[in-house]
Amino acid sequence: MTKHPSILPLKIENLEYEAGGKHLVKNINCEFSQGKRYLLLGPNGAGKTLLLRLCHGLLKPKSGKVVWSSGKDINPKHHQAMVTQRPVMLRRSAYANIDYALSIRGVDKALRPDMINAVIQRTGLTRVAHKLATVLSLGEQQRLAIARAWVLKPQVLFMDEPTASLDPPATHSIEELIHEISAEGTTVIMTCHDLGQAKRLATDVLFMFRGRIKEMSSADEFFSGPQNDLAQAFLDGQLIWWKRRPDKDDVQI
Amino acid sequence: MNDLWQAFFKAISLVVTLDDKLLEIVFLSLRLSLSAVGIALFIALPLGAVLALTKFPGRRILVIIINVFMGLPPVVVGLFVYLLLSRSGPFGVFGLLFTPTAMIIAQVILVVPIVTAITRQVLEELHLEYDELLRSLDVPWYRKVTALVWDARFSLTTAALAGFGRAISEVGAVMIVGGNIDHLTRVMTTAIALEARKGDLVMALALGLVLLAVALGINLFAYSITETVKRRHQ
Ligand SMILES: Nc1ncnc2c1ncn2[C@@H]1O[C@H](COP(=O)(O)OP(=O)(O)OP(=O)(O)O)[C@@H](O)[C@H]1O
Ligand SMILES: [Mg+2]
Repeated sequence: MTKHPSILPLKIENLEYEAGGKHLVKNINCEFSQGKRYLLLGPNGAGKTLLLRLCHGLLKPKSGKVVWSSGKDINPKHHQAMVTQRPVMLRRSAYANIDYALSIRGVDKALRPDMINAVIQRTGLTRVAHKLATVLSLGEQQRLAIARAWVLKPQVLFMDEPTASLDPPATHSIEELIHEISAEGTTVIMTCHDLGQAKRLATDVLFMFRGRIKEMSSADEFFSGPQNDLAQAFLDGQLIWWKRRPDKDDVQI
Repeated sequence: MNDLWQAFFKAISLVVTLDDKLLEIVFLSLRLSLSAVGIALFIALPLGAVLALTKFPGRRILVIIINVFMGLPPVVVGLFVYLLLSRSGPFGVFGLLFTPTAMIIAQVILVVPIVTAITRQVLEELHLEYDELLRSLDVPWYRKVTALVWDARFSLTTAALAGFGRAISEVGAVMIVGGNIDHLTRVMTTAIALEARKGDLVMALALGLVLLAVALGINLFAYSITETVKRRHQ
């Protein structure tokens, strides 16, 4: 990974996204720097998934830019990976799923088995390695998706609620894994709904509400008392339900 | 009633003793239909893949045309090929009418739509399922296609079997363009039609039994494929 020039920082400039006639992501401006663990927080429907997908290039913005800091000789797409909320499983064995990702990145066939076995063991998938991926349990699929992304040693790893369907031990081991991935230098940008997990993982927090980033600060600052009222209400568990009204962000708390 | 039973047992003995005349017809049938399916696959798989994975003007119309062709009565296809190949037709100079080649052409035209349609549907569904991951990994288009085709290989085999079933069991088209000439273009279905009309129930029944066995074989094969897939799911 260190062989390649860094694709970070990632700059998001005036990013807007619309779908179905709705303005869903509004005026996002932020910067992600190398080595950090960013947690996107916010209520359901805030636009967290959309923002991740926009950053990763799965969605085209209506306007604005996603700018990677890479030179001409490096393709930023090949140095990032994403674990989606509902991971896509190839109709092959778990092992073959990981192998496919490596083969697409052009990793030498002889080098792959060791890499695959290591990551399978690390994600606790040994028992199901040769089962068809599409029949694994949701939690196993999620771990496989993480394994398949991690094995690529990406510079940036996007994860959308990676522990949403995991049991407590698996959640714990994925959190450890995320620390490990991060310690290897990978920048992590992820969402989750578990504030405890956010506290354990985040170096930085982005709080989203109705398609906007309402607050971006270090984890320490955020959890000791965010500037934004909505963020505070969210932390207090009081920001529960809201109706989308065009361009009005005030809510009854 | 007694006559029928007698005919039936004679027919079985024809099959069991591997009667020469019977075998000739059976092998010609298999040879023609297998060739037709082989050629059809060369056309239908790429065509189905293109329809499933690309967008171009006229794509929808092509899909509709293929669906129409799928439901076309074989005799009409036979008539169409007959007109093309007849001496006054555009391809008359090749002298193909009433040859096995003409029959293969007719069968190809019958098989291509069905295999194309299944291929398109299977690949389109799988593509929808895979798209997000393939784009996330930035997979080049040709490797997308190979991954989709490979992971859909069982369904695509079933499509080929369906095509073979249509080819081997079809009467009207091959009757018209082949002419049902003994030793040359007489296949199982046309022979059955002829023998039944002549009143030679033994030969007709024997061929019917073989055809039944072929159909059974195709279905068993398709079934074993689905079972293999299911077993892999456990
Ligand atoms: N293609 C689309 N067309 C219309 N609306 C959409 C589309 N995609 C997303 N949305 C809407 O955009 C909003 C934000 O969606 P998003 O998936 O980003 O939310 P989220 O913050 O990830 O929520 P959750 O925590 O539930 O995962 C939602 O209200 C959703 O209904
Ligand atoms: Mg989401």
